Amino acid sequence: MTKTSPASAVATEKLEQESRNATKAMLSEFWYYFSQNKGAVIGLAIFVLLVLMALFAPLIAPHDPDFQYRDALLKPPFWTEGGDISFLLGTDAVGRDILSRLIFGARFSLFIGVIVVTIALVGGIVLGLIAGYLSGAVDTFIMRVMDIILAFPSLLLALVLVAILGPGLVNAMIAIAIVLQPHFVRLTRAAVLSERNRDYVVAAKVAGAGHLRLMFKTILPNCLAPLIVQATLSFSNAILDAAALGFLGMGAQPPTPEWGTMLAEAREFILRAWWVVTFPGLAILITVLAINLVGDGLRDALDPKLKRS
Amino acid sequence: MFRFLLGRLGLLIPTFFGVTLVAFSFIRLLPGDPLDLLAGERGMDAARKAELMAQMGFDKPMWQQYVDYLFNIFQGDLGTSFASKKPVLDEFLTLFPATAELALCAIIIAVCLGIPAGIFAAVKRGSVADQAIMGTALVGYSMPIFWWGLLLIILFSGILQWTPVSGRISLMYFFPQVTGFMLIDSLLSGEKGAFLSAVRHLILPSVVLATIPLAVIARQTRSAMLEVLGEDYVRTARAKGLPPRRVIGLHALRNALIPVITTIGLQVGVLLAGAILTETIFSWPGIGKWLVDSISRRDYFVVQGGLLLIAAIIMMVNLIVDLLYGLINPRIRHN
Repeated sequence: MTKTSPASAVATEKLEQESRNATKAMLSEFWYYFSQNKGAVIGLAIFVLLVLMALFAPLIAPHDPDFQYRDALLKPPFWTEGGDISFLLGTDAVGRDILSRLIFGARFSLFIGVIVVTIALVGGIVLGLIAGYLSGAVDTFIMRVMDIILAFPSLLLALVLVAILGPGLVNAMIAIAIVLQPHFVRLTRAAVLSERNRDYVVAAKVAGAGHLRLMFKTILPNCLAPLIVQATLSFSNAILDAAALGFLGMGAQPPTPEWGTMLAEAREFILRAWWVVTFPGLAILITVLAINLVGDGLRDALDPKLKRS
Repeated sequence: MFRFLLGRLGLLIPTFFGVTLVAFSFIRLLPGDPLDLLAGERGMDAARKAELMAQMGFDKPMWQQYVDYLFNIFQGDLGTSFASKKPVLDEFLTLFPATAELALCAIIIAVCLGIPAGIFAAVKRGSVADQAIMGTALVGYSMPIFWWGLLLIILFSGILQWTPVSGRISLMYFFPQVTGFMLIDSLLSGEKGAFLSAVRHLILPSVVLATIPLAVIARQTRSAMLEVLGEDYVRTARAKGLPPRRVIGLHALRNALIPVITTIGLQVGVLLAGAILTETIFSWPGIGKWLVDSISRRDYFVVQGGLLLIAAIIMMVNLIVDLLYGLINPRIRHN
């Protein structure tokens, strides 16, 4: 019964070919608009470099990030007086090489971003799809819970969650993911509501598609654009919030070379050794800036309403 | 308008109860029970503990505890601080003016610089000035403000020695609190130099706190202006020969400001979160620093009360912004 005639096999082949071409065309159109935005391309390049730096940290870093050179405490960067060429960006108060710590720190920041966005995105999409698709009491309940989360400043809620869960990088990530999630729920729900009654969804329903298929295969792919943009924004927010928690002593714990934690350790030296404070923050700023540049480019490329505005 | 108000309140009340539930659960979710936290490392014997449990109501069923908690909240009783033995609400009210002063100064800086910058960028769209403004705004938007604060301290307090490192006013001055706002109180006191000292203490923290809202407002104003500048009524205004200043200032700006007002309202949450970091860096005696200190001191009734009060403030400001929005944009109200 499932045997197909040669004619229909050819037709299927043709259809698949067409769909491949369409995807290709979409991608190249996306890249066209994305590359129009010079800032986005620069941001993407920096981001790729950061990823490479994180991946190959042990090969690139000149020193062990945790090794304490006891005879080289608070060495300034090499270009200043008293600097040492073997410690390019200087050393911290216990003689660890700052550059190596920053290179290893990239691993933490990017890891935090990826994990937090994944948790928030998956959770947010599932809840948003359920809320938008089922509507009624379930929808009301989910959205009120999200309203409650949004009623608190994100950093405060994250701090409180960490107080409950205990300080540490993993708990900080969970807390930040919970705090960022409502944005994804709202976006997904709004998109689902606007797509739910479109002809193609009704057609799929008439053709006998089940609820799960309708939610995830029919509706979801058409709601992805705003979610991707929000995911980029959340990625940079996650890095900032995690660094802030680390700075307040509630995130990654010393001696982890996490950038926010490094700043917290450096605080008491701000008036004596500017480099221990300057470089970790600069690393955070550059990373977040690069991601936000990419985010702006993605928005331009994916949101036809805002194109070239 | 009245129905609009009722609708908003209808959404707000369940959220408020949800917020109370979060604050209530906070203490019960902490590892260990509240009394062990209170007793600290010395611990206490079982009889004394049972007595205290009964006294504080922790032995009752959970729902009853929650009802009692709600009852207390509505009587203004948010518990007592372990550290200072003072009611949480009193502590909050003493410290809140410091945060309010800081946040108000920050939002004033953000609005006064952000809106003109956004308008200018939109009008000169594509120019070098536009790119420079938007580039700066993106840097501001990406700024880890705790680091930004430290950098400013290094430059202005360390190298240039223009501003003090911490606090609200020099210890040389002592005068009664009238409004709780140092700028006003120092003027009222009539002490020479007090006002200047207060300004010098306030300037760096407010700049730091203003950074992100400023960037957000500038970006939002630009995109709202761009949208409006393409509208038919703006073209008509131009076509009938009105001077550009009038077209931009009157026809375009008035409509572009509507979404900007919502953005400004949304910054309250950003400001209060930012206050946590800014106050910690500058040792500013406000509620942000109070909460961080209380979390590290494990003074959990303070954290619980602070959570509730801050959420209440944010919800109230959002309600006011919604109402303002409804007032200036009738389309929203009738939707």
